[in-house]
Amino acid sequence: MDQYNVASEVFSFLRKNAAYIGPQIHLVMWGMGLLILDFLIPKEKKRLISLFALLGIAAAMVHWYRLYHAGVGRAFFDMISLDSFSLFFQLTVLIAAALTVMMSYRYLDEEGEQHGEYYALILFATSGMMFMVAALDLVTIFVGLELMSISVYVLVGFLRFNLKSNEASLKYFLLGAFSTGVLLYGMSLLYGISGSTNLQVIGYAVSQNPTSPAVVLGMIGMLAGLFFKVAAVPFHMWAPDAYEGAPTSVTAFMSVAVKAAAFAVFFRVLMVSLGSLRDLSTILISVVAILTMTVGNWAAVTQSNIKRLLAYSSISHAGYVLLGLATGSELGIRAGAVYLFLYTFMNLGAWAVVLLLRRRDIPGEQIDDFNGLFFRNPWVAGLMLLFLLSLGGIPPLAGFIAKYYVFAAVIQEYLTAGSKLMLWLAIIAVLNAVVALYYYVKIVVAMFMKELSEPAELSFSVGNTITLIITAAATIILGIYPNVVIRFAEVAALPLL
Amino acid sequence: MIDQIIFYTLAFIIVAMSLMVILARNAVRSALYLISALLGFAALYIRLQAELLAGVQILVYVGGIMVLFLFVIMLVSVRTMEHQARQTRQWKAAVVIALGVAAELIYLIVRGGSIFVTKQPPDALLTKSQNTQVVGEALYSTYLLPFEIASVLLLVAMIGAVVLAKKKI
Repeated sequence: MDQYNVASEVFSFLRKNAAYIGPQIHLVMWGMGLLILDFLIPKEKKRLISLFALLGIAAAMVHWYRLYHAGVGRAFFDMISLDSFSLFFQLTVLIAAALTVMMSYRYLDEEGEQHGEYYALILFATSGMMFMVAALDLVTIFVGLELMSISVYVLVGFLRFNLKSNEASLKYFLLGAFSTGVLLYGMSLLYGISGSTNLQVIGYAVSQNPTSPAVVLGMIGMLAGLFFKVAAVPFHMWAPDAYEGAPTSVTAFMSVAVKAAAFAVFFRVLMVSLGSLRDLSTILISVVAILTMTVGNWAAVTQSNIKRLLAYSSISHAGYVLLGLATGSELGIRAGAVYLFLYTFMNLGAWAVVLLLRRRDIPGEQIDDFNGLFFRNPWVAGLMLLFLLSLGGIPPLAGFIAKYYVFAAVIQEYLTAGSKLMLWLAIIAVLNAVVALYYYVKIVVAMFMKELSEPAELSFSVGNTITLIITAAATIILGIYPNVVIRFAEVAALPLL
Repeated sequence: MIDQIIFYTLAFIIVAMSLMVILARNAVRSALYLISALLGFAALYIRLQAELLAGVQILVYVGGIMVLFLFVIMLVSVRTMEHQARQTRQWKAAVVIALGVAAELIYLIVRGGSIFVTKQPPDALLTKSQNTQVVGEALYSTYLLPFEIASVLLLVAMIGAVVLAKKKI
């Protein structure tokens, strides 16, 4: 073959395959563009960069939409599989990234850390997540995961002159590196038994030999690593500290996007590669789910710092998603996907309100800072009430649909498989939902029934107003008409079965 | 026979050196013992006819990572470290966990070791001994995408280091 032919063949290969990673290419390119833009824009106009970051995410979304219609496929020698499952979670992380960028810029002004690198890192992290959720190969999962994690480690320490932020970043980094080691350990065992890094080939090899200790240890290693990434108890120790010390906007991003991406990998690995170990994995995940819900909720009750409280609340929410994972049924996957999608809106909304309280010289991180919020700005207090009730699972808001679906999956599994474990899971989950209401109401009481303590203005901006409107609208509308999401999730669950 | 002698010699060196890494009082010595252990691994790779891997092991670990380790060790005071207590309060828990993991691994090797896929490399590969070429081909075809993502990963790590370390950005 002469050189011209080789070149044209390579070109056509790239053109065909690169289409499937279009949104990620957009994000990386725009991210690098933002770094250059950062030099060109004078200091007082730095917040313009957030607009360009938003444009980058919008471009990625447009490309996502085209892929959504163009159909599905595999690319780069089965390294990634663009199916309805990937598309579902890619949209989730893109939405989370867009909302985070919008609510960030005023906050960064207040902190005095308005830099282009912040937005670039958000874009890079998002592209890493999009690779992760589409990955059909251990190697792609790993590099995507690391791209996301390293970006987020840096973002957590972005308030460079704040000791708490530095501490949080270091803790998150050290424990994250350790958990990555455990994850790799599990991956290497699974590679050892199958001789391949492809998830489906591993799935076949595992099904040939499901009782071998190497397989079981490989599964435990992978599960432990992923449990850490989603901050499930007993691998949650880093989460409250990291969430408290990180810039609040980054905390919001971590609690929805990082979690959604890690759960997507969790679902895919568990269903595709470890499906034949269902009996064992169900027990393991059920125990972790019970611990996660219970410890998360009970620890949240005693918190007086709002960031820690929401951190523990987000741990307990991960427990509910784990319920869907524990069933391992089609309904379970759907329920988990719906939960993560709806959780993105209501949780980001709550964090957006917390961001409003950050004003110059006022950290606004205690529950006492919410005192009398209703008398200062009834709209904001009303929205916070909406998000908290939704997080608590009150109908007709989105959080109710999310919880309802998960409970339905668990009970259906109990009725069909008849395992007592599932019944107990459902009972404990419902009891936990009651505990959760207690600490959400604590914030509501502070907002509506206590004296106004802090007279300073809230830090509004166009961006976080739009964020509040979008998240509130989604929380209400998707709570009343959940069909859109449910149908989307129904299709998303199919590739994993 | 000769193969086994080579293997066990190397294995002994690696285990002994790894033990010295954690037993040595002086951190610089620990680092030097670690170099010996890593060189032992490189020799194992050569015995498995994976010359490229051996080369990469020496270049990346012995060359790059160890230099970084030594840099960091030199930045903190070695003298004060020598006088600090060697064990923290958690040593009992650490021993229990370490023994647990060891027992698990031994059980795994004894009971389940046989299911690992042991692929004989194709003869052509061995005679030509061009596994560098094979790795290169895999890297630029099958693993093209992860390879490219890794380059973005390095960029992010670089940005991260600058952001966190520089006073004024």
